[in-house]
Amino acid sequence: MAAETENLRVILAKLGLDGHDRGLKVVARILRDAGMEVIYLGLRQTTDSIVAAAEQEDADAIGLSMHNAGHMTLAPNMVKALKAAELDIPVIVGGIVPDDDVARLHEAGVAAVLGPGASAEEVARVVRDAVQANRAGAQA
Amino acid sequence: MAPPPNSPLHLVELYDAARGGHRRSLGRLLTLVERGGAEAERISELAHPDSGRAHIIGITGAPGAGKSTLTGQLVAKLIEAGKRPAILAVDPSSPLTGGAILGDRIRMDDVVGVVATDAAAAAAGDGPDRTSAFIRSMATRGHSGGLALAVPLAVRLFDAVGYDPVIIETVGVGQVEVDVVGAADTAIVVVTPGMGDAVQANKAGLLEVADVFVVNKADRPGANDVRRDLDLMLDLSHLTGQESADGYRPPILMTSALTGVGAPEVLAAAAAHLDHLDASGQRTSRRRARIRSEIQARMEQKLAALTEQMLASTEGAELLSKAEAGAIPPTDASAALLQRLLAGPA
Repeated sequence: MAAETENLRVILAKLGLDGHDRGLKVVARILRDAGMEVIYLGLRQTTDSIVAAAEQEDADAIGLSMHNAGHMTLAPNMVKALKAAELDIPVIVGGIVPDDDVARLHEAGVAAVLGPGASAEEVARVVRDAVQANRAGAQA
Repeated sequence: MAPPPNSPLHLVELYDAARGGHRRSLGRLLTLVERGGAEAERISELAHPDSGRAHIIGITGAPGAGKSTLTGQLVAKLIEAGKRPAILAVDPSSPLTGGAILGDRIRMDDVVGVVATDAAAAAAGDGPDRTSAFIRSMATRGHSGGLALAVPLAVRLFDAVGYDPVIIETVGVGQVEVDVVGAADTAIVVVTPGMGDAVQANKAGLLEVADVFVVNKADRPGANDVRRDLDLMLDLSHLTGQESADGYRPPILMTSALTGVGAPEVLAAAAAHLDHLDASGQRTSRRRARIRSEIQARMEQKLAALTEQMLASTEGAELLSKAEAGAIPPTDASAALLQRLLAGPA
């Protein structure tokens, strides 16, 4: 089914110790209003708990919110944990990520990075595109 | 390489893997079940011979009553007791956008923690852990009919791959949600202080389907008033002859889901209710009622789809425009179309 019309299932979580969840709650609402099903895990998640949720929920994408400058460690760890569990699910990072780190996150396997200025349309489009690209890659 | 997605072979492989404890396969099958259609029917066929064992527990109540937190506590206790519970957590979809925020997992932190540890143990080569929980969030996806189809199928699948009990958690707001919980073996209704008085308690609906009452947030003022009102309501059921013929009276339990106080008693009450169902033969009659309503829901959904098709057909459009123009009454148009529908394809 095309990613535009189906109910995409997106997991949203804060990975590690980071209590700033206002942004993630806004993103949850944006994705809901874009017609997606948001599985909201909230604060203090681990790579293991996110992998377990992704398996059980058959998630199409995983959104991680990072405001603690831990993204260069935590986001690649998430990508690795998914790979280890043989889950082919795109990881999208949102939050405060310096420009210099964006390319490095892409290299580490992160599908997309969303910064503070992203519009609602952009957030929804980036998630849809990431799912679409991932499926195209899986079929190739 | 994996076979093409959704091929019959693929479904059998997924099902066998799910029975072997492979969570990702079960997650995938649940997605197909939710999507409905031919794959969902095939999965139902596969699961049918292996199902019929699990204790099906419904948990419902008003938004914010503490259903998910209580469910988390129950599941933690079930895992401790060596059970393998599955949870189907249903939340509403937006009628405007079709989107949903499924926020039940966040209340089940303890459980998710256990699952993660088990997943790690499985990854370390200790094999799939068959004792742990599986939580699946499900959105109502607009038309309530979808829920009535997807829930029984998802429950059958959980049951068939070895989960027991299967817990369905829904917000008790719509008729379908109430029906879904009411069709469980054991229906647990969660109420809280501050939700109204004895008159509320005697209104028709949610409270009538309860096999077990839980007064959650029992540490808050007014909890004993709620208990008294429910007790009074049950007394009146006795007076009006609405109580169950064998004299089963739903227990009222006080809990504080945040701390876990009262959770073991809720599980004990659910188990006692199941014993009662078994002893009285009602487990069979509930299962029969469940099967009947599932068949009915599936037929109604197909008929609704055929109705849509008929309205979109040339003949339908013609009659529709005649009725819209006032040339014939809507009753004539619907009667003619229905007759055409029941006559089968030309």
